[in-house]
Amino acid sequence: MSVLDAKIPLGPLSEKWSNHKNGIDLVNPANKRGLEIIVVGTGLAGGSAAATLAELGYNVSAFCFQDSPRRAHSVAAQGGINAAKNYKGDGDSVYRLFYDTIKGGDYRSREANVYRLAEVSSNIIDQCVAQGVPFAREYGGLLDNRSFGGVQVSRTFYAKGQTGQQLLLGVYSAMNRQIARGKIRMFNRHEMLDVVLVNGKARGIISRNLVTGAIDRHAAHAVVIASGGYGNLFYLSTYAMGSNASAAWKAHKRGAFLANPCFNQIHPTAIPVGGPNQSKLTLMSESLRNDGRIWVPKDLEDAKALREGRKNPNDIAEEDRDYYLERQYPAFGNLVPRDVASRAAKERCDAGYGVNVTGQAVYLDFASSIERMGKERARTKGLDGSDAALIERLGQEAIQGKYGNLFQMYEKIMDLNPYETPMMIYPTTHYTMGGLWVDYNLMTTVPGLYAIGEANFSDHGANRLGASALMQGLADGYFILPYTIGDYLSKDIGTGKVSTDTSEFEKAESQVRERISQLIGNQGSRPVDYFHKKLGAIMWQHCGIDRNEEGLKTAMEDIRSVRAEFWEDVIVPGTAEEFNEELAKAGRLADFLELAELYAKDALCREESCGAHMREEHRGPEGEALRDDSEFAHVAAWEYKGRPGEAELHKEKLVYENIEMKQRSYK
Amino acid sequence: MKLTLKIWRQKNSQQIGKLVEYALNDVNPDDSFLEMLDTLNYDLIVKGENPIAFDHDCREGICGMCSLFINGRPHGPDTGIATCQLHMRRFNDGDTIYIEPFRATAFPVIKDLVVDRSAFDRVQEAGGYISVNTSGNPQEANTLPIEKSLADAAFDAATCIGCGACVAACKNASAVLFVSAKVSQFALLPQGKVEASERVANMVKQMDLEGFGSCTNTGACEIECPKGISLENIARMNREYLKTNLGG
Repeated sequence: MSVLDAKIPLGPLSEKWSNHKNGIDLVNPANKRGLEIIVVGTGLAGGSAAATLAELGYNVSAFCFQDSPRRAHSVAAQGGINAAKNYKGDGDSVYRLFYDTIKGGDYRSREANVYRLAEVSSNIIDQCVAQGVPFAREYGGLLDNRSFGGVQVSRTFYAKGQTGQQLLLGVYSAMNRQIARGKIRMFNRHEMLDVVLVNGKARGIISRNLVTGAIDRHAAHAVVIASGGYGNLFYLSTYAMGSNASAAWKAHKRGAFLANPCFNQIHPTAIPVGGPNQSKLTLMSESLRNDGRIWVPKDLEDAKALREGRKNPNDIAEEDRDYYLERQYPAFGNLVPRDVASRAAKERCDAGYGVNVTGQAVYLDFASSIERMGKERARTKGLDGSDAALIERLGQEAIQGKYGNLFQMYEKIMDLNPYETPMMIYPTTHYTMGGLWVDYNLMTTVPGLYAIGEANFSDHGANRLGASALMQGLADGYFILPYTIGDYLSKDIGTGKVSTDTSEFEKAESQVRERISQLIGNQGSRPVDYFHKKLGAIMWQHCGIDRNEEGLKTAMEDIRSVRAEFWEDVIVPGTAEEFNEELAKAGRLADFLELAELYAKDALCREESCGAHMREEHRGPEGEALRDDSEFAHVAAWEYKGRPGEAELHKEKLVYENIEMKQRSYK
Repeated sequence: MKLTLKIWRQKNSQQIGKLVEYALNDVNPDDSFLEMLDTLNYDLIVKGENPIAFDHDCREGICGMCSLFINGRPHGPDTGIATCQLHMRRFNDGDTIYIEPFRATAFPVIKDLVVDRSAFDRVQEAGGYISVNTSGNPQEANTLPIEKSLADAAFDAATCIGCGACVAACKNASAVLFVSAKVSQFALLPQGKVEASERVANMVKQMDLEGFGSCTNTGACEIECPKGISLENIARMNREYLKTNLGG
């Protein structure tokens, strides 16, 4: 029997949220002034929540590890944000956005949450425009849209390749307004190191000031975790260097269940690993796949020659190239979803067809688009269509107009001109769909502890569609949490000020201090990065796109042994009372080393292939992913039991009342 | 590649710093500048020394957290990029590279190459927003058509990543390019016009209080800006400011 109660409101899907809002208790304005809320993380979810809660009248303390909330990693999202506005009149609707999101997530997300997300999506655009977010516009002055990520309608709003930055700046400006009013106390360069529970309820946090090293207690009536995803446990990823799972993991250790930790999105179009010192991978927008053709050589000898620099891609004749996506998936070709494209690239490279130094890259070739667009331009301009040089130049101009900034970014990083030689790409970790389990109110299994944005698990299922992460972050922060948290706080108005002068705070603080001194005093010989790279290699080898029972069992053992080695042999220079990035990194890695084991355990238990996750034992005759809805149409929510590998599994059954579960096919 | 680095080391904001020399023998030209520093730090830690503190986060040119004054230029010799996008192939074998923090009274050094840029936050808090409620039901977005050229100009101003290169490049350590970009974005959009006068007055006042210098139209800020924020924004800010003063 599950202990999980998702608290999904009764009634028809389309009325659940309205009914729920009408029924929940409110807090009157005078009482709001007496209530404190802590928000950890100030990206799209945390920042929008902090601003909105402050505006409602609550006293908010917001924490971020960066020097300013404007730098949260939401800033790096390129593509866009979905909303069911139907501005293009192409038949989009709340239901279609809901349907696409559920299907795209391979039927592993919660219907009621996803429907609500689709429902509030159009408010988000209204809100952002009112704040002055400069979305792309048409000549008539109205908002422009594009199609994104293989979706059949144009529902994506965008601001060139900087949608994330522009939305985040909107959030940041809303926060600034509340900071100026004195309703948000902003703690920059602070990190949450524990959450404090009093009588079973979340009542505060312990933080460390990253500049001075000061450990502080902060009390509140509720705590919101908005600290993003945990993809950095792979070491190489598209995450920012500081992105970490510590807040979420500490919450888990204090009783919040962690759901579907093995659901991790692998994005197919990152710039590949070039050398041993590489610290991160840069994403090339998915939009490139609209005009690029993906290939590797047909001949293993050619692949070897390319890797060794004896041949150039342009030396490989057309008939010697394997456009493997077009071959395997003729209906979708290069536009298959992210999980399919990622798996196919890894499969080819594992078979020996990789084309760069490390053997882990495939080509994304724009030559035929350049030719096609060049000819089109020549025709419309009445120029000579047989002049190859002219066609090439016109085609390059056309490509530049569409993707100029991305091509320039690639050239800077790789020192190769992608107009003349095909880009090299490879899949990498990009977004984690798993996270803290939350109910419909976005509350974790710990009363008063909430999780929003990428830090929770609820909306993306086993695979996230393009332009849906920004939507979820802002929906949670602007439009959902501010209502639902009131229902909880309405029972807390008589509590009065929460004191930090209690044994619970005392104990949490001393545990934090003990751990820090353990790290600082360790007489080891290897820096944090040594262990992080080791962890990353294990994760990529056994817990990435392809998984199997044996590999996952090995991974669990290997992770445990790296963890033991870390605590024995890590060296953290400096002191705890100064600006000490190595100390911050060490603490974060210690948490990753625990979370990683649970990740592998979750993957081991999920004996099906779904979303981006291929369990090799569960493949169809043509190598396609085989989902098992009879056994695994559930959320796997893990309860901490003292050690990550001994966590206890609770299942929330996923009920689909409004959508028929179908096998995804892109043939 | 063999390189000599001369890096500013400063224990904290109270103590005086100095340049310290490091000799590197085996730098991979394909590494980014920050990866080169990662590698140096790794070696320093193994040797039992303190690693060099520097700010960085997204490492893809958009968060604005990386800084560094490299051979006398913010973000180094390339144009149009942040430090994280600078690669070692941009230097020659045998080069000596000077690496210093962004220097400005309003950006006090925290440690080594890390400076405190929270003055930018306080300028934004003084008015860098549109006073619209986040929890209400704002009007339907398309009831407010905006001319494409204005929307595009507002977008160009909004691309500022708040890194502070403009301040570091300026001989007066002026923040006018940064402030003007924000003022421009909102002044160009109809949503921002309502409180435009108050906004520019408050932001300029705060900018002065933070100890940034005056603008003398030298233009170094525009040249060094990784996002190509134009000097036109300064003209626009001055116009807005003048209007405010004339309007009383």
